[in-house]
Amino acid sequence: MRIEIDVERRLESFRLKASFSCDAPVTALFGRSGCGKSTLLNLVAGLLRPDRGRIAIGDRVLFDVASGVNVPPEQRRVGYVFQDGLLLPHLSVRQNLLYGRFFTPPQERWADIGRVVALLDLAPLLERRPRHLSGGEKQRVALGRALLASPRLLLMDEPLASLDAGRRGEILYYIERLRDEVRVPILYVSHEIEEVVRLAGHMVLLSDGRVAASGEVHDLMGRMELRGLIGRYEGGAVIEAKVAAQDLDSGLARLAFTGGELLVADVDALVGESLRVRVRARDVSIALERPRDISILNCFAGRIAEIGIEPGSSVDVRIDIAGTPILARITRHSAARLRLAAGQEVWALVKAVSFDRQSVGYA
Amino acid sequence: MLDALTPSELEAVRLSLKVAAASVLASLPFGFALAWLLARRQFPGKSLLDAVIHLPLVLPPVVIGYLLLVLFGRRGPIGQWLDETFGIVFAFRWTGAALACALMGLPLLVRAIRQSLEAVDRRLESAAATLGAGRLWVLASVTIPLSLPGIVTGMLLSFARSLGEFGATITFVSNIPGETQTLPLAIYTYTQVPGGDPQAMRLCVLSVLLSLAALLASEFIVRRAHLRVFGDAH
Repeated sequence: MRIEIDVERRLESFRLKASFSCDAPVTALFGRSGCGKSTLLNLVAGLLRPDRGRIAIGDRVLFDVASGVNVPPEQRRVGYVFQDGLLLPHLSVRQNLLYGRFFTPPQERWADIGRVVALLDLAPLLERRPRHLSGGEKQRVALGRALLASPRLLLMDEPLASLDAGRRGEILYYIERLRDEVRVPILYVSHEIEEVVRLAGHMVLLSDGRVAASGEVHDLMGRMELRGLIGRYEGGAVIEAKVAAQDLDSGLARLAFTGGELLVADVDALVGESLRVRVRARDVSIALERPRDISILNCFAGRIAEIGIEPGSSVDVRIDIAGTPILARITRHSAARLRLAAGQEVWALVKAVSFDRQSVGYA
Repeated sequence: MLDALTPSELEAVRLSLKVAAASVLASLPFGFALAWLLARRQFPGKSLLDAVIHLPLVLPPVVIGYLLLVLFGRRGPIGQWLDETFGIVFAFRWTGAALACALMGLPLLVRAIRQSLEAVDRRLESAAATLGAGRLWVLASVTIPLSLPGIVTGMLLSFARSLGEFGATITFVSNIPGETQTLPLAIYTYTQVPGGDPQAMRLCVLSVLLSLAALLASEFIVRRAHLRVFGDAH
């Protein structure tokens, strides 16, 4: 379902002016805190009114200043999963889950209680009060509650932000299940790039209330000029690949992409499955000749497309490997010593162990 | 000493409870509306409204009683209109005593409800709205349940205040046995007649016991309300 957003809203000194459209199962709204991500979600949910613009989901217009349409939040049928769950404290988990369903017209209820409870493993929690739930359990209930209102669109506002690292993986897993088994588009707000790569196909990059870029995740991740916005430490190219083979003895998976085959360790995937793999720039080394007798398993021949000009002791180098861009971060010192220049033929080296579950998203 | 209450004593106790209960129930909708207005809305004259609601707390009760008499008496502008339009009469009736008590208890009621309304997380109301609840449903299923402990506290404070109301009541509706003579008024009457001291003392003890029971019950009920709403005891 196509989501079209073109809104403007002023909040004291902050001004949000965002325009984009997307059609992916999961669209990530990515940016630093204070860039306007949550404000944007509140505009879509109807909790805030845009000063001007238009919001439409598929053929349903939720807000249009030109024709005077402003559907109130309770009629938008947009599920909202808040950062801290916001379960109703005076109701049991069961009552929370059924709350939204109660207000949904019977002919529009597509979400099945038994299926949602099974999908999110909620059965043992049903009779409890929210205050007796852990952070992760609260978010699972919040997901279930939003789903059971049979929404046309799900909004998630950093649903992992209030959880510890262990719980994050757990909830990410449930969100993936939800994305794959329930056909409802998701707008996912985050400032963690690994969540974006794992979940989203489309990414909208927000900066200071503006859309800096909007497009496929692997496209934006390979663009050098966006590196500052994505964050240099975790940044790196995203490759779309397919699992060619899974070697159980060595624990290595062979991922085929247009530039060759990438060997990765510790990634569970079925043969034939499509993946998005994030190759962090700081895990990529550059050699002028093909190294021999080296432990690094992935060596790709490529051509330098661009060398970054950012200040500091390191530079980012974009290497084109048969049409697939890969980013490498090396010291300025090394770049000078190897006399790297655009157009030069080089080898890009990536260790197979630099990948883990957090580097991979299932498309 | 209290093993047998005389019919007139029983009458005074019954009337006191009736007046207090009626005053609380009748003032609750108004009290909630005023508390909601003060907690949730910004409007010109808000401070003035807040001050006016609190006046009964600081004015001599006789002033409230006299103003009620002037406004709600048979010939008063409001009293006359109510009598002619709806046939409602406050003057020298137990309903008048309830009106006086309601007004005296209103500041306590509004304060307690306002405080608990201000403590409700507004984002929970937003969450309910995104789940499809319209404004009235949000009020009924989120706002009121979450402010229930404050509502109950306010009702009990106002009820206890009514049991002790004297000045406004006697000024507005006089001291009519069986109609407007509540417990405090009955005690006052006995202290004014020669040899009435023993009866006055009996009623005083009764009054202490009644108030004590009301306070203990309120403590218990508020705790129960909190337990029901939040699943824990304060």
